[in-house]
Amino acid sequence: MESGNLGWIMISAALVLFMIPGLALFYGGMDSRRNVLNMLMMNFYCALIVPILWVVIGYSLAQVPFENDFIGSLDSFMLGDIARAGDGSTLATVAFLGMFAAITPALISGAVADRMKFSAWAIFVPVWVLLAYVPVFKWVYGGWLGQRGSLDFAGGTAIHVNAGIAALAAVLILGKRRGDVSPPHSMPLVMIGTGILWFGWFGFNAGSALAASGQAAQAFMNTFLAAAAGGLFWVLVEWIRDGHPTNLGAASGIVAGLVAITPAAGYVSGVAPIVIGALAGIICCYAVRLKKKFNYDDALDVVGVHFVGGIVGSLLIGFFANPEFFELEFEKGLFFGGDAGLLIEQALANGVAIVWSFIVTSIILVALKVTIGIRVDAETEHNGLDLALHGETAYHS
Amino acid sequence: MKLITAIVKPFKIDDVKNALKSAGITGITVSEVKGFGRQGGHTETYRGSEYQIDFVPKVKVEIVVSPEMVDSAIETLMQAASTGKIGDGKIWVTDVETIIRIRTGEKGNDAI
Repeated sequence: MESGNLGWIMISAALVLFMIPGLALFYGGMDSRRNVLNMLMMNFYCALIVPILWVVIGYSLAQVPFENDFIGSLDSFMLGDIARAGDGSTLATVAFLGMFAAITPALISGAVADRMKFSAWAIFVPVWVLLAYVPVFKWVYGGWLGQRGSLDFAGGTAIHVNAGIAALAAVLILGKRRGDVSPPHSMPLVMIGTGILWFGWFGFNAGSALAASGQAAQAFMNTFLAAAAGGLFWVLVEWIRDGHPTNLGAASGIVAGLVAITPAAGYVSGVAPIVIGALAGIICCYAVRLKKKFNYDDALDVVGVHFVGGIVGSLLIGFFANPEFFELEFEKGLFFGGDAGLLIEQALANGVAIVWSFIVTSIILVALKVTIGIRVDAETEHNGLDLALHGETAYHS
Repeated sequence: MKLITAIVKPFKIDDVKNALKSAGITGITVSEVKGFGRQGGHTETYRGSEYQIDFVPKVKVEIVVSPEMVDSAIETLMQAASTGKIGDGKIWVTDVETIIRIRTGEKGNDAI
């Protein structure tokens, strides 16, 4: 591998790692002041446990050998020969993918906010990564879903849909929060978190080309445009519908646009990222209301933004995929001379991910519920999780 | 001695302070407080969901004065804190049994 490509993968890995504190602040600002530290810790914990798990067995189960249909192997336990092999390109890729594995369960934290026991979260994260993330990742990248022709450039199906549906399963098992729900305690934290996420997402998407290539540059541009369009259109809907252009609307739309462009980033060009981002902004702006309609307590809208945004982006690949532009081999979307085949494969891949992740997440959480318990007691929930679970207080005054 | 307690709009506190100084009041105590009166709270909208914010931020001003100063202090407060709109706040007066200046031990009116 050329040094430029190797350098870009390592920088991208660091950019993706930086998304975890970004996500923590994005969620933490939206949370109440008595639970903000618990939210930060749930996110940072993912960056503590998952990289180790990934290197010990996660990567091997997810990718070695690449051709396996359903699951990898333990051939690269503790990375095996990978660490010494060649020019470091595989090692850099393992690190890059390890960051993805770390941020995926972190996404779920926003849904279970304000009421989940940290001990349950501490067990849930590594078990979920092994049983839900690794298999779906394998099927999409190199496994049977990818071989059938479905496309997922940087993790729409494997990451956002996977984590989004897990979030739904989690809140259904966990139950609703008690008492009144607080509004965001610090919008400035939400906005700086959003900025960090956007910045890191360039590594997430453009890094997924695994080379400093033209495809990477287009993914970079798509990431830029879809986020802007998502934020713009969410704010427009809000302004017309509710009367104010809000910071939270801008932040949510940016993230919705980023989520939606993630699976498509290396397959679309031209006006497509703007359309994908705009549609994600509009659709997710309405999707966050589903929780009221269907009466589930997705605290910080992981389902409405990540699940719905991921589905929107993944399905739109079926319309906008343009292999001629990239001079690469993949299925054409409907707008570029393809038939409905790609759209069907996209729907199938997401359907499989949804069913698998929902069932596995439910089993893990029910098992935890009947053993150690997954909810804090009523008094802890009322007084705040920060002091009771972590012995810390975010703001002294 | 009397304790005058006033709840005023936060943006009026500088006017209140300057007016009381001009009226010869030598000291006030100010706290940031929250509460509601007939004005009620307000709603905020996040991701299309409305949140009712019941407690409105206000500033509480506490002044201890001699009985003959009460009327002029209240007059000054009312002029400085008034906007004529709902939420201008309230003033109430209570008796103070004693007052002591910590540094000198002076008591009563001498300590004001």
